[in-house]
Amino acid sequence: MRYKTEQLQGFALVAPSILAVLIFVYGFIGWSMRVSLSQWKGLLPDYTWVGLQNYLNLFKDPRFHIDIRNTVIFTLLFVGGSLVLGLLLAILLDQGLRGEGFFRSLYMFPLAISFIVTGVVWRWLMNPAQGARLSGLNLIFDSLGLDFLISKWHTTPQWGIAFIAIPAIWQMSGYTMALYLGGLRAIPDSLREAARVDGASELQIYRRIIFPLLSPITLSAMIILGHISLKVFDLIIAVAGKQLPLDVPAIYMWTTTFDGNFYGRGAAIGILLLLSVAVLVVPYLRYNIKQEAEL
Amino acid sequence: MTLPRVRRRHWLYIPLVLMALFYVIPVYIMLITGFKSFAEVDLQTMWRLPQGIHFDNFRAAFSQLAPHLWNSVRLVVPAAILSSILGSLNGFVLARWKFPGADVIFPFLLFGMFIPYQSILIPLVQFMRSINLYGGVWGLVLTHVIYGIPITTLTFRNYYASVPKELIESARIDGATMMQTYRRILLPLSLPSFVVVLIWQFTAAWNDFLFAVVLSSPENWPITVALNNMAGSQIIAWNVQMAGAFIAAIPTLLVYIFLGRYFLRGLMAGALKG
Repeated sequence: MRYKTEQLQGFALVAPSILAVLIFVYGFIGWSMRVSLSQWKGLLPDYTWVGLQNYLNLFKDPRFHIDIRNTVIFTLLFVGGSLVLGLLLAILLDQGLRGEGFFRSLYMFPLAISFIVTGVVWRWLMNPAQGARLSGLNLIFDSLGLDFLISKWHTTPQWGIAFIAIPAIWQMSGYTMALYLGGLRAIPDSLREAARVDGASELQIYRRIIFPLLSPITLSAMIILGHISLKVFDLIIAVAGKQLPLDVPAIYMWTTTFDGNFYGRGAAIGILLLLSVAVLVVPYLRYNIKQEAEL
Repeated sequence: MTLPRVRRRHWLYIPLVLMALFYVIPVYIMLITGFKSFAEVDLQTMWRLPQGIHFDNFRAAFSQLAPHLWNSVRLVVPAAILSSILGSLNGFVLARWKFPGADVIFPFLLFGMFIPYQSILIPLVQFMRSINLYGGVWGLVLTHVIYGIPITTLTFRNYYASVPKELIESARIDGATMMQTYRRILLPLSLPSFVVVLIWQFTAAWNDFLFAVVLSSPENWPITVALNNMAGSQIIAWNVQMAGAFIAAIPTLLVYIFLGRYFLRGLMAGALKG
């Protein structure tokens, strides 16, 4: 009998949080879905049913096509770049050199600052002015004789979004480095030792033993960074403001809803973003929960 | 450490230092620009070291940002404290005082930390308007506390799961109630987790832009929105923006420098198993 009351008490203690998440996450998602199926335009709510019209319009909308293209380019470069750089840094730091802790902390400090701060600084480092008004990184390339690196950065026609990946990698590669470093440290030295005794070269040890053991980490990192990438918003705003060539779904959602009052369309973009994130995250959560249950 | 790993490989410092430059350059440019006098500031000489130390830029930036720094403090302190209390209680129940279905509910809580907030933004604004918290700091506090529930619960739950079951069982046999068990056994062990969650929520709320830009009115803008507004303005010079960016970064940077270990633990909690 006592056990039952105790369980009830436990439930009562978490009930407010559960209720809050139920309302603010799931209830609000449902509400957004309803808005996305309505013709709500303008300041006053209008829930007149229009079915999937807002979604169909988006799929025909040239601006949304730009958004999808930009998201794909940005995601490939940002996730790929962070993974490669993080892995390289982790391998370097795993060599048992002196000062390792110092370098590790240095590579990770951008994680503590906001995308807005990062964006404001990189906006000037990536100043696209040419000729006599050269500045920022272009100025350094010029003085080092590396003129071929001088770039229009995020103002490059068609490919501007690719350059936004640079500050994003700057900010997040410390994270993948930390994940990989943890993975490398978990591999017992005896495994490498045994391979060396068998005559394997260092390169072979990495290719045949270490990289395969790190692949679950790569998968986790891809999912975490991938979902950050789909949501990218503040960094682009801070580097370049709202500009059509650098538009992404999160910015479109914001401007169309709160500047343009196209609530139905804004909600539809929000729901599409949610679906794309869910495709990544739900299997990942299920896998993690299952693993935990097996422990 | 096995022997072959300590072989002398000094050349490895070359890539390590080059990469260090990549990470440091933005901080370097913020600092040297910040310390220049207005007369020295010129985009074409932006890499040159300042001639003497001047505080013109910091002063100009601070005078504009000070009210917003204060808004951030008013927002972040209650949000972090309330979040960690909630997270601790939830984590305790979900790890060590389970009710039937607790393990089913947990993943549904967790999903909340991954959602793109664009998918709840319109209802959130409507809701805050309806309860008269739109535009102010308290609406943002509430938002950060609620959307922080998943990560804070996760962090505490994982930590409490490492507390031996026997400890809780024996307290129960001695007749301790639920809250007594929490206060006497788990709470005294929780300090490290409280530090992790406090600084995690502090950093998340300090760095947030999306909620702030949508939910707060200009006089209540926290630092991120004010800084972005400064950067988008044609009137405010880039050197003042740099100084402003540095000022905005100081609090979380200090947390990272002095409590880095705890910061990293929070970061790794976000990757679940990591």
